[in-house]
Amino acid sequence: MANDQFYHALKVDESLCYGCTHCMNVCPTGAIRIRNGKASIRKNWCVDCGDCMKVCPVNAFYVEQDDFDKIYDYKYRVALVPAVMIGQFPSNISESQIFSVMRELGFTHVFQTEHTVDIINDAMIEAARKQSEKPLISSFCPAVVRLIQVKFPALVDQILLVKPPIDASAIFFRKKLQDEGIPDEEIGIFFVTPCAAKIAAVKSPVGETKSPVNGVINMDFMYNKVYHGIKNRSGSGVRSPGENLPNLGPKHIKWTLTNGEAPHMRGRCLAIDEIHNVIDILEKVENDEIPDLDFLELRACDESCAGGVLVVGNRFLTVERLRKRAELFKDIHGIPEDLASYVDFMKTRLPLKPLDPRSMLKLDEDMSVALRKMQQVRKLMCYLPGIDCGACGAPNCLSLAQDIVQKEAQLSSCVFIQRTMEKHKKLHSDHAIRIIDKVWGKDRLDKDCTKLGAKDEGT
Amino acid sequence: MEFRYEVEGGNFSRAGHASSAVKKILKQLNVDNRIIKRIVVALYEGEVNVVAHAHKGSILVDIDEQRIEIKIEDEGPGIPDIDLAMQAGYSTASAAVREMGFGAGMGLPNIKKNTDELKIASEVGKGTTLEMITYLQ
Repeated sequence: MANDQFYHALKVDESLCYGCTHCMNVCPTGAIRIRNGKASIRKNWCVDCGDCMKVCPVNAFYVEQDDFDKIYDYKYRVALVPAVMIGQFPSNISESQIFSVMRELGFTHVFQTEHTVDIINDAMIEAARKQSEKPLISSFCPAVVRLIQVKFPALVDQILLVKPPIDASAIFFRKKLQDEGIPDEEIGIFFVTPCAAKIAAVKSPVGETKSPVNGVINMDFMYNKVYHGIKNRSGSGVRSPGENLPNLGPKHIKWTLTNGEAPHMRGRCLAIDEIHNVIDILEKVENDEIPDLDFLELRACDESCAGGVLVVGNRFLTVERLRKRAELFKDIHGIPEDLASYVDFMKTRLPLKPLDPRSMLKLDEDMSVALRKMQQVRKLMCYLPGIDCGACGAPNCLSLAQDIVQKEAQLSSCVFIQRTMEKHKKLHSDHAIRIIDKVWGKDRLDKDCTKLGAKDEGT
Repeated sequence: MEFRYEVEGGNFSRAGHASSAVKKILKQLNVDNRIIKRIVVALYEGEVNVVAHAHKGSILVDIDEQRIEIKIEDEGPGIPDIDLAMQAGYSTASAAVREMGFGAGMGLPNIKKNTDELKIASEVGKGTTLEMITYLQ
């Protein structure tokens, strides 16, 4: 449903947020407003890309994760680990060390997310044959899927309806454990996530009714735990890394990096990363400007998952390590052995249900009302100064005008309009201060030497 | 409601700005996605035609609840034989323009396909006017 509130993982810690405009200005969907001196996110607009978190000067954004102890709700505790987790560590720390420590931390199994990449790739090629409208867009990046739903509703039908590795691998490993005789309710699958969008995709999935993943653990949290574990281990570990570590090849290892999918698809394929680049190309696709394009691999983060907001390591070094690792395992090809007998089982479970657009751009459901509102917006823009300063608590004058029309703000929220109103004695200066208090918080204009950059900063 | 956009002849890097702006407006008005697509494709072709062939042009857009009317006027060479220009694959675009990926001779046929009503008036040596109407309901 278009008006349902969508879960999103990015939250604002109000005790840390001091109400600046950095996040509001970078948000690619214009989802942030400042109210009472704090950033507030419009749930239905946010695509969980994490740009706000990257730009916040006081780390006020955080990504909600499941309590680590939740893994003990299950007798069999599976960590689903993407390749970029390994890529963050210095090269003298081996994969088996990382995986052993994770088992020492409480997981009974550690599996790699990219295990099911080959069958996903086959399903993508198969689905591409059936979906007529080109170019088809990969469903891999959940922030991109949500971006298309809210900003490019006309392109929703061009999303390839095949589940991404996180879901496919969770389904496979669950089935595999069940076949070993473990009851379903005793299996808890926890994804170690490099970004906020994947958490949101687990908590409120699109194109499937329920996520096969039981919980999510932030990669930065896991990285610290594992690194600490490795540093404080004496000699060899107490546990083996587990059976599913060593058998992934270059295609698997590089799948989540930029150009991970595109070289394996048919026809003219492009790989594009970073959300503004993605928006640019989607604009062009919508105008039919690139007529013979068959497939688009689109990722919201620069350097794809290596640039995820929860990835601790430098993204370029992470990519370097993974590429080296792929080179090392260059002779490994094809479906991992244990997956071979599950191909038919997986085939029926890989398709996603068609996705719904949920445009956040429309001014009103009813076109005649929308027309009237647009006329009002254009009239308001005659008066607003076009400075886009953000002092009203909206990212730019046009957003303020739209907020006013939607009854979420007032013309007097604009500080320049306030001055004009004061000059014409239409606004008392006390009232003007009250308006500013409402957006920027009470006493915001009082002297405060402890703020960031001021004389007594941090005291 | 009326909107006006200027188009600069020969500046391919700006081709598409009017189509993108109109697309944004139609999305805000909650027009059906398929109808938006048709309008934008037709307008983009028309915009590229002006950039590729004319000195300059302007795009006038008029929207009400029932329909969108787009008038593209340019000052340029004009079209000597409109029937010929309407044929798929016929093109007078220069090699340089074709190299940039434009000028395949699909412009006018594509516009016709994607509009409900299309009127073309042209005078050789003066310019061309395209009037296209698409119904929104």
